[in-house]
Amino acid sequence: MRLLQLWAFGFCHLLFMNTSDSEEDSYNERSALVQCESPTIPSYNQDHDMSLPQETDTKRRRPVSSGLDEPGPVERERASTPDGEEEELTLKYGAKHVIMLFIPVTLCMVVVVATIKSVSFYTEKTSQRLIYTPFEEDPNSVGQRLLNSLLNTMVMISVIVVMTIILVVLYKYRCYKFIHGWLILSSLMLLFWFSFMYLGEVFKTYNVAMDYPTLVMIIWNFGVVGMICIHWKGPLRLQQAYLIVISALMALIFIKYLPEWSAWVILGAISIYDLIAVLCPKGPLRMLVETAQERNEPIFPALIYSSAMVWMVGMADSSNPDSADERQRNEGGALAQEGVESEDDATQGGRRRYSAEEDLEEDRGVKLGLGDFIFYSVLVGKAATTGGDWNTTLACFVAILIGLCLTLLLLAIFKKALPALPISITFGLVFYFSTDNLVRPFMDSLAAHQYYI
Amino acid sequence: MTLAVFFGCAFIAFGPSFSLFVFTVAKDPLRVIILIAGAFFWLLSLLLSSLVWFIAVKASNSQDLGLQRGLLMFGVFFSVLLQEVFRFVYYRLLRKANEGLAAISDDDGSAISVRQMAYVAGLGFGIMSGAFSMINVLSDSLGPGTVGIFGDSQYYFITAGELLQSLMGHDLFIQLSDDVYISISKKWLVLWSRVTYVLQSWCWACRPSGHHSCSYLTLTLCCCM
Repeated sequence: MRLLQLWAFGFCHLLFMNTSDSEEDSYNERSALVQCESPTIPSYNQDHDMSLPQETDTKRRRPVSSGLDEPGPVERERASTPDGEEEELTLKYGAKHVIMLFIPVTLCMVVVVATIKSVSFYTEKTSQRLIYTPFEEDPNSVGQRLLNSLLNTMVMISVIVVMTIILVVLYKYRCYKFIHGWLILSSLMLLFWFSFMYLGEVFKTYNVAMDYPTLVMIIWNFGVVGMICIHWKGPLRLQQAYLIVISALMALIFIKYLPEWSAWVILGAISIYDLIAVLCPKGPLRMLVETAQERNEPIFPALIYSSAMVWMVGMADSSNPDSADERQRNEGGALAQEGVESEDDATQGGRRRYSAEEDLEEDRGVKLGLGDFIFYSVLVGKAATTGGDWNTTLACFVAILIGLCLTLLLLAIFKKALPALPISITFGLVFYFSTDNLVRPFMDSLAAHQYYI
Repeated sequence: MTLAVFFGCAFIAFGPSFSLFVFTVAKDPLRVIILIAGAFFWLLSLLLSSLVWFIAVKASNSQDLGLQRGLLMFGVFFSVLLQEVFRFVYYRLLRKANEGLAAISDDDGSAISVRQMAYVAGLGFGIMSGAFSMINVLSDSLGPGTVGIFGDSQYYFITAGELLQSLMGHDLFIQLSDDVYISISKKWLVLWSRVTYVLQSWCWACRPSGHHSCSYLTLTLCCCM
């Protein structure tokens, strides 16, 4: 019963990167997870926790320039609050949060599938490979192919592990500038170079005549607005759209450049890695989370998808001086990804105290790391690549959504950092292979005879 | 022209379900989740039934067309049976979830009533079933080519759409008592633009058989085609 009672409770996430630029306007407590941290935060006012559903955030941001991804756990840290009230209220929000994640994930997958089905560039087999998958897959020999894909996977996963460890080390030693610079570089590449490539291919597919000056204008504007939205401030919807677009672009790159079998094995391996990294006591991601908790500072990944909703506008006025100090002290300046709110919100408690009476619906929304978007879309995109069968794509899509739902449910039960990839990817893989090999012949025979079940 | 066929058949097949979704389900997140979970359960049932069919086919002689046809019919039968089983399983799950939701809600009841859940669940089942049956046909209709150019019927797509609409069945689970579940399924059978309204009986045992009878009707109809 408890399982169902805590249905989609509300969660905190693993935050990955901390941008320590001390932009006074960049810190948005709404998206910070300070409230979600240990109950020992003295300023946290427990009476008003009911207005704070916790958020789920699966941080998974991989810097594009290094071409790898750091899976992040979905973390759930409950602030200590009266159980009953909190459960009631967050239950109401629970389903809403799940839907707030369904929609962007669906959109990303739709973009990827639409591109795959229409633009043939991303499905053309090329001899080019990423340097992370150096072994070529020989289609003639099954054993050799399997072996090479396993080797590719090992290379890729080890690259990912190394990068994650480097990041943890950097974070531990507070090299925030370095991390921030790295992230800016990767999003630059995504927003300018990959989108240029994408646009070029779309134009080729639809035979649209385009001149370079116009193209430069378009790409320039797209890229600059994207950088501003993602790393600084911008309207929430625009920022969400940009995050979805860059996840889709990254997923398309993976779909194009990962060899066939390697892609599937990598998907499986990365969910296992995610599981280990988050749940094992010595896992890098878990260490990251614990470090962030120790320092009592919100780690902000520069790139997570945030669907936060209404802001308590009244908060802008009730800024207390000590909280401003705290903010600077924290140096946990997360960029205000939600944009225009200029809330001062170093401590949840202070805010909550004043806001108790307000009946503005305060919803912190949910967050999901971009890595999750990317890998979900890779799975569905690869399902769409194989042949003209839409059933497989649809099955994988439903499987991933249900996996996401279950992950959020589990998070509500266990109340600790959990990885977000394994369940969805497992379901996705199971459904892909079984639909492709079992269901497809069945449905084809049925459709040929127009029998309906 | 193919685009027109695509959109036309798509709307014939999915119009009612889509509008039901937009107007009744889309606003409420809980219903959307129940819908998708319903689709998932249908998918599971299909998976298992195709596994059985696949094993049967592999174990048999692939040259014997009559046997293959027989196996296909058996596959249909088994698939329908399994769908009903999974429908029941999902119903039990939803009952439990509803109790849980009701227990901790501060209102008197839960956020969603059993009827609504039954409706949404059935819709999910139906949509997924329809999508799986129709979507490949639809995507083919978009492609280049003309239907019936080799002498086959030119009405293939449109009847497929109409049959689908009929069979997508908005199934409603109605719980009338604690230990009896009665499902009402209304199936509209559209045959070559003639509408035949078929109403199933109220006995729970008839529901699966109603589903069966509908499927077998398509078998026999298509035999005549």
